[in-house]
This record gives sequence, structure tokens and C-alpha cells, in this order.
Amino acid sequence: MLSYIDKIKEISKRLLKEGQVDMVIGFRKGTLPMMNEPHFARSPEAVEHFVWDSNCGINLCNYLTSRTEKIGILAKGCDSRNIVTHIIENKIKRDQIVIIGVPCKGMIDRRKISAMFAGEIGEVIEDDNTITVKGKGFEKTIDKKDVLQQNCALCIHRNPVIHDEMVADAIEEQTDVDRYTDVREIEALSPQEKATYFEKLLEPCIRCYACRNACPLCYCPTCFTDESRPQWVGKGQDLTDVSTFHFLRAYHCAGRCTDCGACERSCPVGINMRVFTKKLEKDCLELFGWEAGLDPDVRPPLDTYKPGDPDDFIK
Amino acid sequence: MKIVQIDKEDWENGIKKLFEVYRLFAPVKEADFHNFKQIEAGQLPDLSCLNTRLSPKSIIYPQSEVMFKYSLDENEEDHHILKEVDKDYSPQAVIGIRPCDAKAFELVRLNFDSPDYKDPYWLNAYEATTLVGLACESPCSSCFCTTAGCGPYHAEALDLLLIDNGDQYWAKVISAKGEAFLAAAGWTVAVEEQTALKEIEVKKRAAEDKISAFVKTDKLREIETNDLYTAAFWEEVSFSCINCGTCTYVCPTCWCFDIQDENRGNRGCRMRNWDSCMYPLFTLHGSGHNPRGTQLHRVRQRFMHKLKYFVDKYDAGIQCVGCGRCIRLCPVNIDIRRVCGYMNSHVASADTCEV
Ligand code: SF4
Ligand code: SF4
Ligand code: SF4
Ligand code: SF4
Ligand code: SF4
Repeated sequence: MLSYIDKIKEISKRLLKEGQVDMVIGFRKGTLPMMNEPHFARSPEAVEHFVWDSNCGINLCNYLTSRTEKIGILAKGCDSRNIVTHIIENKIKRDQIVIIGVPCKGMIDRRKISAMFAGEIGEVIEDDNTITVKGKGFEKTIDKKDVLQQNCALCIHRNPVIHDEMVADAIEEQTDVDRYTDVREIEALSPQEKATYFEKLLEPCIRCYACRNACPLCYCPTCFTDESRPQWVGKGQDLTDVSTFHFLRAYHCAGRCTDCGACERSCPVGINMRVFTKKLEKDCLELFGWEAGLDPDVRPPLDTYKPGDPDDFIK
Repeated sequence: MKIVQIDKEDWENGIKKLFEVYRLFAPVKEADFHNFKQIEAGQLPDLSCLNTRLSPKSIIYPQSEVMFKYSLDENEEDHHILKEVDKDYSPQAVIGIRPCDAKAFELVRLNFDSPDYKDPYWLNAYEATTLVGLACESPCSSCFCTTAGCGPYHAEALDLLLIDNGDQYWAKVISAKGEAFLAAAGWTVAVEEQTALKEIEVKKRAAEDKISAFVKTDKLREIETNDLYTAAFWEEVSFSCINCGTCTYVCPTCWCFDIQDENRGNRGCRMRNWDSCMYPLFTLHGSGHNPRGTQLHRVRQRFMHKLKYFVDKYDAGIQCVGCGRCIRLCPVNIDIRRVCGYMNSHVASADTCEV
């Protein structure tokens, strides 16, 4: 994946030089190990700051919402599916963007890696299949595939589903993954056990809304959590309010979420709120044979009615 | 300045005694990280932690705090009257607070304890609190406290500073509260001051030498507010920000709150909750107009407040103690050190800045 950068720069510069786009959205190197920052270039020179490695887990589609310029955008598999969803939902026009597809081998989980070491990590060096983690008094080389974000380890759409340019040949998709072991475990719990599970999961939440704001789907001008007339959700730390926020947000993502993992990645206290969206993803797959963001010309299931839609839940 | 020696063998015993006098708060490991929590008898502060994920500000200034209760039942005589709720302002001590986080309370105090206005909740809680700091021997690479008005051994904002000295802690007494804390724990063996102070000075320098991140703030005061406000760099700085508010919630010096009434049936309470300048709702007017309507406005506000308005208003340095939390926890890696560099080196006419 490291080798992509030359091609990324070449394409971005060309698009800017030829005036095909006003800006290209990519990443620049972060100031901490395992962090990159979403960044834009408006000139070929500015493209020099771009980087690409396994720390590009933020979903760049989030930066397209309602923009009016002509934009070139780097897109991993998941980003491209959110772009498709954006196009379907009229948050960006297809002819306004040039999608620079990046076949993705997965992003590393910086929390998981940090938790493996007692001391502070000073530097992380990456090559094709491994990362080497260095700190005061320790150095260790780890297989990248052992420290991927969970959503990336389970990803079955690593290649962009829609693109105008590609920075490399498509890579082989994973086929032997079971995406829903965790969801099934929760489904098997009794209602009381589920309640306890969710309570424990959400107990550390500080309601910063990083999960919501990192998500390309959460573009409502006023989120229901912020509505004051009527006020749907209390603003304190009451667990009912915290859970209401999470449950409702997840429902708003039903049939739209691509499991890009940006929400979980952004949470300052390490909550895996993806269990909610994954459950809905699984339901959409089982009930409607639906996976989000694969085709800009197909309306999503929660947006359409078909006579054959499952109705077993109506008793 | 008195220095007391605490043998680590006596630590557990002393803590046990402290429970009789104080509610104790200390770093506790939860999942993958530490946070300040109230500890119960039998529990010990986990002083191995570099620093806690969230700042300890919530001990004095809870994220969500009920101030009043009321009844809406018109059959009751005192309906629709706000009544103060009972609060526990019995002595509490924060053990293992880092010098930067303690210094943050001094900065926050400027807001909650001003000549015009005294915030009773914050002040009562602050008065009830003894801050027992732990000097940092191995600061993180993202700590920049020495150029943000404090440092790994900064003692002034504390009541007591603990210094790890192998088999023992040295406790440097800063205030009467600190003295009382030691007495309650039964730690009373004073060491020869001059020798200890000299050694502490050496350790202090060694810790300060380990700080590897710095900010320059010398020009912030003299640069024109409007020049900074209209600087070109804000687009670049703010581009990646998702306005999540994480930076402000984890920051020990951020103090903004919102007031809410919550009713259930015909009873209710008035509470205040942390709020953040990163949220559009923070400044939304009743008319629907929002003077800080874009992400750029909000990002600029956060940095202008911390690094310019605060500097100008209080003449007490920047509204940041260099703990580095916002850098480590920002999901998109917006780095206050970088932004401070842009601001401090801003030249209005050329609209260029040092990167
Ligand atoms: S979810 Fe798939 S496409 Fe997205 S970052 Fe992970 S591996 Fe790449
Ligand atoms: S809910 Fe989370 S995983 Fe799903 S699209 Fe949004 S950020 Fe990505
Ligand atoms: S990012 Fe984490 S802490 Fe913030 S609102 Fe979401 S779950 Fe809660
Ligand atoms: S934590 Fe980062 S992304 Fe979130 S509001 Fe602060 S600067 Fe913006
Ligand atoms: S602004 Fe950032 S570095 Fe400064 S005190 Fe707040 S969280 Fe710490």
C-alpha cells in the first residue's frame, strides 16, 4: 500500500493541473505515530504533503458533504461505498467528483497496538505486511493482519466499487470471513443480558459525538440529539439518554452504514458502537439481500417498498 | 518548605487512614486506559499511569451537575420554586493528579471566581479538595507543559507534591491542606530539607529535559486580534475538524457549560452540562441565526479563545497547560502545537507563517 503514494501524487497533480478539479482530498502525515490527518490540496505543489499508509482510516467521504467545488477524492473500498450513498442521497453530484480509487489492504488499529505495550510508542514503521513498533526500551515487529481494525479484518469490499482513476490494480477480495460472529453472540443473549451488555458498553461514553461526526451518514443539519423543539433526548449523563442517542443514531444508519469503522476509530474512550450498526447491517442483508453503497442506481431498501418485502414482524 | 518522607511500605496503611477523613479520587485502570475515579476502601491509587485519558476536571466540575430541583404540582405550596439540592462538600482528595492538571484548576478559577461572579458549585468543590500531585518522571512525547506555564515538577497549583524516590515518596508540602493530608495519613517523618531540595532540583531538571515538545507563545499578546482572526491559515487548520468536541471535553482547562431543565412527571431539576464551542448549537440564536455558523468559525474560536482572547483578558499565559490530551485524542489529529506555531508567527501583511 505504501507504493501507492507516487501514483496518488501523479494523479492528483494531473487533475489539478488540467483543471479537472479545484481540490483533491487526501491525507497528510500526522504529528503522532499511527495518525494521519485528512488534508486538501488546491495546487500541484500542495500535493507533495500527501501520504498513504495503514493510518488512513478516517472516512474521507465525510469531507464531501454539500461541498460545491469540483473535487478529486481518494477512496478506499468503504469510502467509495459512502460516496455512492452520498450520490444516492444527493449530498454530492457524481459529475462534481473525480474518484481516485485506492485498493485497500486494511487499516491498523492504533488502540489495539498501543495496548500491547506498557510504555509510550515513539515510532511505528510500516512495510508491506508488517509494522515495527518502537518505544523506550522496546521494539517489536508485528504482522499487520494481526492488528487490523476489526471492521477491516472483516471487510469484503476493499476495492473501490466506483472510481474514475485507480492508483493500483484491484486486489483480491476476502471471501472466507464471517462478518457477524460478534452480532450473533449478542443476539443470543436474553433481553436482560442484552440490557446489561449495552449498559456496560456505553457507560464510559462522554457524549462528545465524535462517532456521529466522523460518520459520512450523519450529515443532518440538526441532529435529533441537538433538537430543542421538541427535545427528544436529555443532555446529561443519564444512561437512558446516552443509550437513546446511540440506538437512534444506529437506526438512522440502517441500510446505509458501510462498516468503515470511522466511528469506532474516533471514539476517545474506545467504545465499539459498531455492534449496533452491524446488527442492522446484518438484518438488511438477511431481510433484503442488501449491502449498502454498491450501486448508485439502486434505491436502498428503507427507501422503497416491494410487495415481496418480509413482513413476518407484523403479528 | 517542609518535605516528608513516605516509605512505600507505609503507603497502603496511610491510604487506609485517609479514607476516614476524605473521599479519595485516584487514577484507576479501566479497560485499556486510566481515569480518575473515586476509590473505595481496599483500593489503591494506580500511580503507574502516565496520565489519565480524561482530565480530572470532572471531580470539581462534573460533566452533568444538578443545581436545583422543583415541583410543577400546583397543589404543592412551593411549586415552581427552584430549590437548591443537597451537595456533598465534605473533604475530598485527588491523589496522583499531574502538575499540569492541577495548574488547569488555577486557570479555570479565573473564570469561576472573578470579581464580578463567583460560581458556588465550582468554588465549594474546589475548597473541599486537596490536590496531591505526582511529579512526572517520564512525560509523554506530546506533553508540552514546560512552555505552557507549568512543568513535570510544577508544584504551585498543588497542596502536596509527591516525588517518587525509589523505595519512598518525598512529599513536598505546599499548603496547609497538604499538611493536614499528611497528618491524616500518619506520614510525619520530615527529611532534611536542604539536601532533599537539592536532589529534587536535580530530578526536576532531568524530568524537564525529557520534555520534547514545545510551543512559542511570546508574540500572541502583541499580534492584532483582527489580523489573527482573518489569517489565511484557518482554512487549512480547520479543514479536517469534524467538530466533535472531544478536544474540549478531555481538556482540563475548558470550562463552558449549558443549562437544561429536565422534567419527569411534575417534578424536575435544573442541571448544567459541559458544552463545547465546537458544536453549532453552542452559539445558535433563537432567531435561527448562528454567528459561528461554519466549522472554520468554531475551530478558530477554540484556538483564539485559548491562545489569544484568554491571553489578552487575564494576562496569565495561555488557556492551556500542555497536557497533550487534545492532540492524542483528536480523531483527525489537529494539533494545538502546530496551530499555536501558526498564530505566534503570524505576520499580517504577508499573510504567511512559519510551518
Ligand atoms: S473497511 Fe475495508 S475498505 Fe475500509 S479501510 Fe477497512 S479494509 Fe479498507
Ligand atoms: S456508522 Fe460508523 S461504520 Fe457505519 S458508515 Fe458511519 S462511521 Fe462508518
Ligand atoms: S465517540 Fe465515544 S464517547 Fe463520544 S459520543 Fe461516541 S461513543 Fe460516546
Ligand atoms: S477533537 Fe479534533 S476533530 Fe474533534 S472538534 Fe476537536 S479539533 Fe475538531
Ligand atoms: S488545549 Fe489540549 S494540551 Fe492544552 S490543556 Fe487542553 S487538552 Fe491539554
